[in-house]
Amino acid sequence: MDKVLNFLVAAVLAGTPLLFGTAGEVLTEKSGNLNLGVEGMMFMGGVAGLAGAYYYEQAVGTPIGWVAILIAVACAFLCGVLGALIYGFLTITLRANQNVTGLALTIFGTGFGNFFGEVMHNSVGSYVAVCDVTKNAFSAGIPVLSGLPVVGKLLFSYNVLVYLAIAVALGLAWFLGRTRKGLNLIAVGESPATADAAGINVTVYKYLSTCIGGGIAGLGGMYIVMVTCSGVWVHNCISGYGWLAVALVIFATWSPLRSIFCALVFGGLSVLRYYLPLGIPMQIYDILPYVVTVIVLVAISMRNKRESQPPASLGSAYFREER
Amino acid sequence: MGNAIELKGITKVFGEVVANNKVDLTVREGEILAILGENGSGKTTLMNMLSGIYYPDAGQIFVHGKEVSIRSPKDAFDLGIGMIHQHFKLVDVLTAAENIVLGLPGQGKLDRKAISAQIGEISGKYGFEIDPARKIYDMSVSEKQTVEIVKVLYRGADVLILDEPTAVLTPQETDKLFQILKTMAADGKSIIIITHKLHEVMSVSNRVAVLRKGEYIDTVNTPETNPQALTDMMVGHAVTLNIDRPEPRDPVDRLAVEALTCVNGEGVTVLKDVSFTARSGEILGIAGIAGSGQKELCEAIAGLQPVQQGHVYYTPAEEGKDREDLIGKDPMAIRDLGVSLAFVPEDRLGMGLVASMGMAGNMMLRSYRSGKSLLVDRRSPRELAEVVMKQLEVSAPDVTDTPVRRLSGGNVQKVLVGREIASAPTVLMAAYPVRGLDINSSYTIYRLLNEQKEKGVAVIYVGEDLDVLLELCDRILVLCGGQVSGVVEGRTATKEQVGLMMTQVRGKEGAK
Amino acid sequence: MSGAVHQEPLVRIAKRDSMPRGKAWGVRGLSLLLALAAGGLLVLVLGHNPLAVYGDLVKGALFTKVALRETVKITIPLLGTALAIAPAFKMKFWNIGAEGQIMAGAIASTYFALFWADRLPGAALLMVMALAAIAAGALWGLLPAVFKAKWGTNETLFTLMLNYIILGVEKYFQNGPWKAPTSSFPKIAMFAPAAQLPKVFGVHIGWIIVLAATVLMFLYLRYSKQGYEIYVVGESEATARYAGMNVPKIIMRTMLLSGGLAGLMGFLTVSGADGTLTENTAGGVGFTAITVAWLAKLNPFAMVAIAFGLAILQKGSNTIQTNFKIPASASEVLTGILLFFMLGCEFFINYRLIFRGKGENRG
Repeated sequence: MDKVLNFLVAAVLAGTPLLFGTAGEVLTEKSGNLNLGVEGMMFMGGVAGLAGAYYYEQAVGTPIGWVAILIAVACAFLCGVLGALIYGFLTITLRANQNVTGLALTIFGTGFGNFFGEVMHNSVGSYVAVCDVTKNAFSAGIPVLSGLPVVGKLLFSYNVLVYLAIAVALGLAWFLGRTRKGLNLIAVGESPATADAAGINVTVYKYLSTCIGGGIAGLGGMYIVMVTCSGVWVHNCISGYGWLAVALVIFATWSPLRSIFCALVFGGLSVLRYYLPLGIPMQIYDILPYVVTVIVLVAISMRNKRESQPPASLGSAYFREER
Repeated sequence: MGNAIELKGITKVFGEVVANNKVDLTVREGEILAILGENGSGKTTLMNMLSGIYYPDAGQIFVHGKEVSIRSPKDAFDLGIGMIHQHFKLVDVLTAAENIVLGLPGQGKLDRKAISAQIGEISGKYGFEIDPARKIYDMSVSEKQTVEIVKVLYRGADVLILDEPTAVLTPQETDKLFQILKTMAADGKSIIIITHKLHEVMSVSNRVAVLRKGEYIDTVNTPETNPQALTDMMVGHAVTLNIDRPEPRDPVDRLAVEALTCVNGEGVTVLKDVSFTARSGEILGIAGIAGSGQKELCEAIAGLQPVQQGHVYYTPAEEGKDREDLIGKDPMAIRDLGVSLAFVPEDRLGMGLVASMGMAGNMMLRSYRSGKSLLVDRRSPRELAEVVMKQLEVSAPDVTDTPVRRLSGGNVQKVLVGREIASAPTVLMAAYPVRGLDINSSYTIYRLLNEQKEKGVAVIYVGEDLDVLLELCDRILVLCGGQVSGVVEGRTATKEQVGLMMTQVRGKEGAK
Repeated sequence: MSGAVHQEPLVRIAKRDSMPRGKAWGVRGLSLLLALAAGGLLVLVLGHNPLAVYGDLVKGALFTKVALRETVKITIPLLGTALAIAPAFKMKFWNIGAEGQIMAGAIASTYFALFWADRLPGAALLMVMALAAIAAGALWGLLPAVFKAKWGTNETLFTLMLNYIILGVEKYFQNGPWKAPTSSFPKIAMFAPAAQLPKVFGVHIGWIIVLAATVLMFLYLRYSKQGYEIYVVGESEATARYAGMNVPKIIMRTMLLSGGLAGLMGFLTVSGADGTLTENTAGGVGFTAITVAWLAKLNPFAMVAIAFGLAILQKGSNTIQTNFKIPASASEVLTGILLFFMLGCEFFINYRLIFRGKGENRG
């Protein structure tokens, strides 16, 4: 029983950065932009979050935990937005190829993260690590409630970013399913020409969803640095997470609600080997998420069910005069 | 009652083509006005200027007596003008209600209940049957059309423009739509319906405005006219074009189409039980309103369109060879049979040519397989391109580098026709080969077709201009709604006769 | 038109017919300079002299024999993979899976290197390794093509996923069955000398192979019947069908070629550059190569220059790390900036901006 509980908790913790990345990319792709630069934006958000929290500590001497969290969240989000803005400017305004631009952003963002991680390291002269107060703030569960037996651990023992991730996903689901602006965004991703004819400003919608999506992805990178790596910059620490998030978007068939569940599954798969040693090599566990994703991808194209298809204009730029 | 819309001297030019030339038009409040005209007469262009898709080059628009400027679909909506296009502008994965409110301002939260209630109110008022919660992709064409109409009404339109609304409907659905249109007109809405089906004009409209080749002809009260009079106005008096028409020399049956039936991807029967023969040494014209199955017929013969039933028998020119059925064979298999079939498709740059390649590259499209070498022979296509350029007087900077999409329409067509003729065909199909071409290029194309005819090629000419069809073709097959409404002799048939056949199958109405 | 003035927007965008070639290259050159300036700004902020840094970067990549050899070694797989991607992209089949196809090829040739080295004579061994790599890469590339041709499965996402699946397979071999018995660390033993590519002028002969491939790919795309088919399918499937081409067959055949060539790069890396298989054998080359191919507008000869340029950045960044303590990741940042500028400048070549009141001045 304990083992199952521990496994579930570990799965949630491992799934959270993926949920950020996925939720951000779902929002981005809903506008018809396939941003393959998630990994890059996560790196950018990761290093910015760490820098924000670290320099805040240095500035005040005796940091307050929740302030450090707020600063890290803000820095990570803004840096993610910056990455997405570059992508958005190139693909939306300058109509560059989305695949290639996304890859360029991944190269740039990965370098950006590692570069500034090392620059900070060099300027400090040793490992850049946040102090215990900040570190603990990033891992503390909900007071009182987390003390409850079983339920406390299962539901209330997580750090605040876990709840933020779930709130973001739920918020997105509400936005897309229940608001006029969400509806307009879906129309932009499905058929920009129709949206345009209905008086929707396609460019504004594309920019906003891409940039906010990038900001959310940036939070995922920050989570890895601040929680998974306990507030220390580790070279290439975010490698692979961004691509998993891209995979998850397919697995969740572009639904923010399903991404919560799917992120949990992927998180679970990534820690499964510690809890369920089946005697199969651990690398098999590693590729399971991708295999599952391929199967989902093939299945949705073969079944051709309308709800589970990618947004119809995904990957192509919109130019009104090209009717 | 007053005038809802008034157009004065509206002119729109696309490149060298004058789509509308000083058109005047009046739409009264609470009436159904039919706009009648052949393809290319400028009906849709005119209406697109009312709905904000195009901006007129000259002229004035008055709405309820006030001069306005309509720059975008939104401007049109604000003035109460809504257009239901032939190609619906709906998002497939959304529901009817979602499509109806798309892009509208309003409170941030989507109150589906209130929206459904509003839609219900509109539907109840005019007799629509619509389920607001159904997804568009689950709907039939007529249901989608209903959504489009409700969408326009929901936005408060009191002038509705319908572009060929019945082209996709069954007779029953058409009757229902007309009933609704009459209810709306009685309610004070102005309805403009673009059509070229005479019987519909007669049954639904209060007045008819006729356009011909971009010119406004006249507006008449429906009760005071009849189909024959309207046809005369629509097609105009026969014009003498002085196109050559040599007598066919020993025509023999080359292509026999038997009971051909095609269903398109959306499940609509586009060709029904079509039979005819094309003979060597003559030009067989195919007349019909756009979308009557011409495209599918050509593509079925060329092996590009799946066919449900029927045969296309090809009789080789050589003595002693048996006829072959081309149905079920792809273009390569047809060529392997030794059938030399040339096809000038309607979509020149999207199908017949590679738009971004030069002339020489495009000459290769038919011939690149020749020879055993792994490499393409680039010299002969280049030489061919030079020959075509010289003989057909193609004006292009060069034959290799300039992409054909940068050539003018007439030159593009010469490149395409030149290549197809160069393959020494026994059957030549040309779909709308002179569409959008200037007079000189058009005559070059007629001359080329006649040359092929005199060489004994069976030429099939799909056209839209009846004057040309009547002067160029030996026989004319008339299609209506995917069916054959008859074959007439090009030398004796009259324009009125063919015009009427285009809208009616053997006396009865042309709908399916 | 009294009272109905058509208000023009401030800036309108229109497609350009074509820009003269010289001018287009001028735009590209200018944006290259701008990108370098932007990178220089970053260096300046860090407190270094940009000119000195750029100077050392170039020196460190080219000015000694050893450095030059290293730079060439980095260029080889980058160029080869860009060549591999070219036919797929020309067909508008977005093969993001070269990374995985390289790895598939590397794994296949590693199998022969490890277990057949003593059974096959030298030349034959290398030949078998190369063929195995081509076959494995080709199959890994064919898989998404089959699904694309039959069911329209999105190839961008499919090929992307396959990268990580094959990487997992490699890690499995590295940690399990192929782990060097003498090592406590999970790594694969160095190949026997017979399984390593010979050197010419100090660099493994891969450089000759990719230069040959450059010429062949140029000829293939430009002069071969199959290259012609690829072009037509990429431009318009309707035209391809009209011309009697078997579109699914062409898609699959082209991906066999694309994957096969990428697989061969896997062989060159394990047998030539590294002497063994590691999880970094592909090391992002498959992704970077996409940008190389794209910036070269799929022209093989332009790829040579671009791949070499990026290799200079990568190699030179080690020098500036030593000399200026600028982290080596700077090369990725610079690469990113360069890519952004080069991707962006194409807009100004393909479109023109019309400012209000300026009318239709053709640029």
